[in-house]
Amino acid sequence: MRGVYVLGVGMIKFGRYPEKDVSELAGEAALLALKDAGMTIKDIQLLASGNLLQANAMVGQRILQQIGQTGIPIINVSNACATGSTAFREAYFAVGSGEYDVAMAVGSEQMGKAGLLGGGGGRESVEGILGSGLMPAVFGQAGVEHMRQYGTKMEHFAKISVKNHKHSTKNPLSQYQTEVALEDVMKARMVAYPNTLYMCCPTGDGAAAAIVCSEAVMKKHSNKPVKVGCSVLTSDPWTPRDLTLPDVSTLTRNAAKIAYEKAGVGPDDIDLVELHDCFATAELLHYENLGFCKDGEAARGVDEGWFEWGGKTPVNVSGGLLSKGHPLGATGVANIYEVVTHLRGQAGARQVENAKVGMAHVIGLGSACTIHILTA
Amino acid sequence: MSQPTAAQPEGKKARPIVPFLRLGDNGDKPHLVAKRCGNCGAVYLGRRVACSKCSATGPFNEIRLSDKGSLWVYSIVYQSAPGIPTPYVAAIVDLPEGASVRCTLIDVEPNPEKLPFGMPVEMVTKKVREDKDGNDVIAFFFRPAK
Repeated sequence: MRGVYVLGVGMIKFGRYPEKDVSELAGEAALLALKDAGMTIKDIQLLASGNLLQANAMVGQRILQQIGQTGIPIINVSNACATGSTAFREAYFAVGSGEYDVAMAVGSEQMGKAGLLGGGGGRESVEGILGSGLMPAVFGQAGVEHMRQYGTKMEHFAKISVKNHKHSTKNPLSQYQTEVALEDVMKARMVAYPNTLYMCCPTGDGAAAAIVCSEAVMKKHSNKPVKVGCSVLTSDPWTPRDLTLPDVSTLTRNAAKIAYEKAGVGPDDIDLVELHDCFATAELLHYENLGFCKDGEAARGVDEGWFEWGGKTPVNVSGGLLSKGHPLGATGVANIYEVVTHLRGQAGARQVENAKVGMAHVIGLGSACTIHILTA
Repeated sequence: MSQPTAAQPEGKKARPIVPFLRLGDNGDKPHLVAKRCGNCGAVYLGRRVACSKCSATGPFNEIRLSDKGSLWVYSIVYQSAPGIPTPYVAAIVDLPEGASVRCTLIDVEPNPEKLPFGMPVEMVTKKVREDKDGNDVIAFFFRPAK
């Protein structure tokens, strides 16, 4: 594999766009990334398009039907919530292999007010009869497992929601940009214990794009190179309860181990992290899974502000999925956007000072985990 | 499979909501069954092509699971799909044979203080609906052990 660099990134504000088609949202993000890279669609040699809810509807082709049908190869990617990051990985490999010099990944999703994901209603449904397959319940159970193991309290999860909402006030592209008080998070409507409304990511629409290229192309076009230090993808290995209570920790730990080895850095070298806080409970687990604190120490880290902007390892300074939003297929590329923006020193009011190494982590339940480490 | 009971119209049957629930023939109690990998001992609910722990293609022996277990973890669901009554306790129950079961816990207050980890639980069955042919659909639940 040769070196791969991120040359351009673009992202539209996450929110609700009922008047638009998903290919328009994705096309807008792609144009932003092209502008950022100083390129046109004619420079792009391969497109990887991540979209989950329209996985059978050739979204990648529809993007180019909006912005330029150049006839390049298109890969349509679906990998649960890791859809966008897996698309980015496809673009990374296209360039890294030497076969292409410039490739683009676009992640997009139009969810509208999709409601809860993971469990259907209807006559044959077993939801509520055989437990729950709904995402809030599954990630609620994962949080309760941490409570069981380490005595973690609901307040610790709630504080993560407070943190991410606070972070989002400085991100103009965040779906929500409003602070919430701890008391309000705790007293909000319970969705699935211990996750209240503010501890669950919203549904919404969004798109993000990233252009990757070879070293030679990068040197010609950019004076702020960001290198892809590693691109790691894992699936869930067998663990004792994985088939009844999806184990989101082991595959993340496996991915982190590989990612640190490949990138040649350790957890202490990471200046900022965008990790998969689909629910507040999930974020707390990943502090330990990614090695940002010892096992059993995450609650203390929350209490002591280790993961806040200005803390030892700032986590989800974009606002995270909890407040920035989580349009499924867009999320993995939006994380890349955020990390790249900081590594270039272009993050404005939320800039993590002197950021040199950043991590983007995504989990798709079922399960898929991606980790990308980027370096300035 | 179970036989029609006197309470049901002729030709109608009780049927389990999932294949790994056996309703119990000939006076036997309803119970869960699992497949155990003959190579590594991993236990699975439902059908199996091969073992996802050790990759062995068999043999898989059917085992009867205990109707008593313990509460591993839970969530309390307040917002669900349309038409599904809330709240309910969505639990993961461990059984002594090494199986872990996703289930709903009943006959308990949906309150974390009433749901201690490791709480002994027992299985019960009840009719949850009729299918389109008018057969009773029987599901299993767990409740605090009596």
